Amino acid sequence: MSITNVFNRISNHFKRTPDSAKKAKERLQIIIAHERGQREQPDFIAQMQKELLDVIAKYVPINRDDVRIELERVDGCSILELNVVLPQQD
Amino acid sequence: MAKIIVVTSGKGGVGKTTTSASLSVGLATRGFKTAVIDFDIGLRNLDLIMGVERRVVYDFVNVIRGESTLNQALIRDKHHKELCILPASQTRDKDALTEEGVAAVLEELGKSFDYIVCDSPAGIERGAQLAMYFADIAIVVTNPEVSSVRDSDRMLGLLSSKTKRAEEGRAPISEHLLLTRYCPKRVSNGDMLSLSDVNEILAIPLLGVIPESPAVLRASNSGVPVIDDTESDAGQAYADAVARLLGEDVPFRFLEEKPHWIKRLFSFKERETV
Repeated sequence: MSITNVFNRISNHFKRTPDSAKKAKERLQIIIAHERGQREQPDFIAQMQKELLDVIAKYVPINRDDVRIELERVDGCSILELNVVLPQQD
Repeated sequence: MAKIIVVTSGKGGVGKTTTSASLSVGLATRGFKTAVIDFDIGLRNLDLIMGVERRVVYDFVNVIRGESTLNQALIRDKHHKELCILPASQTRDKDALTEEGVAAVLEELGKSFDYIVCDSPAGIERGAQLAMYFADIAIVVTNPEVSSVRDSDRMLGLLSSKTKRAEEGRAPISEHLLLTRYCPKRVSNGDMLSLSDVNEILAIPLLGVIPESPAVLRASNSGVPVIDDTESDAGQAYADAVARLLGEDVPFRFLEEKPHWIKRLFSFKERETV
């Protein structure tokens, strides 16, 4: 083992690793907030999204990721939001 | 009518069976007639943790199918006279558990027991669904680790929608968090999610914190639930959790790092000189 190798090992030993728990918490907060939002959506949303996509794809060439459906509930009123990004016309 | 408690987590290996065993022993020790049921059909293990594996004759599925009576299948614990164990079946038949069958067993148990503890399998398949379906109280066992916390949150979603109480619009299941395998030292090093981190994310009342402890493996090695190791930190933490479940106000312990041995030595000396 060379001298630099030994030195590296010693310095690594004293180096503080970054706070990984903090990172874990941030990642969890984001993914859980996202999943809780989806949880409140009824089961048919995914199926409806697929069928809507099929209909749109019949007329315009689109990507699956370009259709977003979201169901929001505000004061007992449900809002269904359909967002389709159409490809640019040449 | 018995109170039905489900011990659930979503993720496997976080301590559901360890918790079910210790909780039911704790309740029985307090004098409550307690039955603990293994819902992990095909992967029976509660019997091993409770040390009754050689006394299994009939099981949960035998009772449901009418191949034995409930009384024949219940194993009476020799060390705790108020405690009975209903082992899971080792069948590979995924449809062995039925809603009607489970309902009938729970109803019959409810006539003579104060508490029924349902040890849920991991995952969200039928066994897990049925373990939680009839519950009044849910204990969500979570490790301070990302996948466990996420799965616990998912189980909380199921508890609030896919249970009898939810479907009938009755008062919701009372949910409790049990944080297990907690290492205060790693928390203070910033390498592990802290109790307050997990609490903040899951936002349900805290029932207990079980420290990572060699006593847990020792207990499972010998088939004695860790709560019976009254000297151990994990055993005491489980006893505290049982007390809280019964409505007692018990302070939380084992949340801080144990002082270094040199420090302990000095505090011992100090005490001696006083």
